[in-house]
Amino acid sequence: MPRSSSLNWQDRLFRWACLGFALLILGLVAALAVELAWSSRLALRAFGFSFLWTQVWDPVREVFGALPFIYGTLVTSAIALLIAVPFGLGTAIFLAELAPPRISEIIGFLVELLAAIPSVIYGLVGLFVVVPWVRSVASPSVDAVLGWLPVFQGSPYGVGIFTAGLILAVMIVPFVTTVSREVLLTVPRSQREAALALGATHWETIWTTILPYARSGIIGSIFLALARALGETMAVTMVVGNRPEIHPSIFDPGYTMAAVLANEFAEATSNLYLGALIEIGLVLFGITIVVNGVARLLLYRLHDTSAVHV
Amino acid sequence: MSSIVPSVKPPRLAVREAPPADASSVAMAVDRLNAWFAENHVLRDISITFPKQQVTALIGPSGCGKSTLIRCLNRMHEVVAGARVKGEIWVDGMNIYGEGVDPVQVRRKIGMVFQKPNPFPTMSIYDNVAAGLKLNGVRNVSVLDEAVERGLRQAALWEEVKDKLKEPGTGLSGGQQQRLCIARALAVKPEILLLDEPCSALDPIATAKIEELLHELKTQYTVGIVTHNMQQAARVSSFTGFLLLGELIEFGTTDRLFTNPSDPRTEAYITGRFG
Repeated sequence: MPRSSSLNWQDRLFRWACLGFALLILGLVAALAVELAWSSRLALRAFGFSFLWTQVWDPVREVFGALPFIYGTLVTSAIALLIAVPFGLGTAIFLAELAPPRISEIIGFLVELLAAIPSVIYGLVGLFVVVPWVRSVASPSVDAVLGWLPVFQGSPYGVGIFTAGLILAVMIVPFVTTVSREVLLTVPRSQREAALALGATHWETIWTTILPYARSGIIGSIFLALARALGETMAVTMVVGNRPEIHPSIFDPGYTMAAVLANEFAEATSNLYLGALIEIGLVLFGITIVVNGVARLLLYRLHDTSAVHV
Repeated sequence: MSSIVPSVKPPRLAVREAPPADASSVAMAVDRLNAWFAENHVLRDISITFPKQQVTALIGPSGCGKSTLIRCLNRMHEVVAGARVKGEIWVDGMNIYGEGVDPVQVRRKIGMVFQKPNPFPTMSIYDNVAAGLKLNGVRNVSVLDEAVERGLRQAALWEEVKDKLKEPGTGLSGGQQQRLCIARALAVKPEILLLDEPCSALDPIATAKIEELLHELKTQYTVGIVTHNMQQAARVSSFTGFLLLGELIEFGTTDRLFTNPSDPRTEAYITGRFG
């Protein structure tokens, strides 16, 4: 039959085209990794793996170590998650379970709007509002209570790891909230009713039934937020302090991988300096892949028992 | 009479014609119950009694309000947004719609099984059955063990799952899942068990198992069951109520209702002239 053979031909073309696009993505990722590694070969050769745990970043003497940036990126992201996850998840539960539909819609829209604000705006707000607040309120009052712990020692700057984490938290809350809310809304009514019919209160229904049912989706939303936090550049650069140092206190200035790339690329005069910066890019790339891999693994292990997937 | 489908013929039971009126033999008495979904008046002045340790069936065509009625009986109707109820339902000398009555407490005394099996997918078989007790704060392992085994035995599921209690409940077949849900409802020792078309998603063999189970259960529990299947009502129940367009048209012993209906609409329905 000629018609079926022409369909066959179209089918095959379609399949090959799609396969091509899929392979192109794979190729792009691979090319990115290869290019990063190749461009940073000078630094890779000069410092080896010690690049990852050396604290010195001295462009004048051409000694480069990435630890302050790795530390800054991981700690600012961790602070952001610590703040954003309870906040974002709480908001999601409120929007999906407790709020009247109209209010839920309005607040949901506002939360989504947060994600649409350019990050430089967050940076400006951070610089003019959050930094003075941290300097004059947050840092002294935390210092007064918990100052005996090195982590919470006050600092006179205002800019620093904590400030960056706080700004990041606001930036990633929409990711946690919108995705978690959607996932919570997909939990079937029959699950809710099963718990209610057993004599669960509204709170118990949410806690014992709805959240477990939606957990893999919620974890997905958290990793999405984490990926955003790890890579955020502009807003962090404006409030983190930009000092390649590791201080015990979260109120002290620091630096992140994305921030140093943005700040120093233009001034990287020597090939080794440039190579070191690109190697930082390679490390950031690696960390992002590891985080995503861990997320996949976690979701995969939850796969048997959890019912909502992202 | 001659128009009745033969398979509908129920077993001849020596039960009273009218539902028992004295308080000691009535588990639940519904008095002038009205229910709405937003502006939609779905139940009109329903008055019906559920005799103790008997199976009472509610039948009627789709949309007649039978599911709404059974969901009113343990205050599940009101969990839907916009749903309202007016009227009284007396259980143990208490009006469950009385002022200050906590619906959560009502639901702990009156268990419910739904149309589609809905075990908790993140929980094992054991945890599914133990869920209600854990909600009540029971943490003692031997108490839980005992309740889980009792629940599963009463739901006729114990022999099939006793060696895989730690496996997820969703790994069971549909019929087993529904019996798991029955076990879950029974584990908290409710006084009344309500079933909302419990077999509508099951194959005939699984359905037969559940029906057999209902005969066992009524020795200990008062059972209310909604079914769209008249043969099923005839097989499992001692009393039957027929609903149409939100009104209780007729209520009586299953035996009489199916053989000698007093309302022409009941007769029309059970003889298959509409539905």
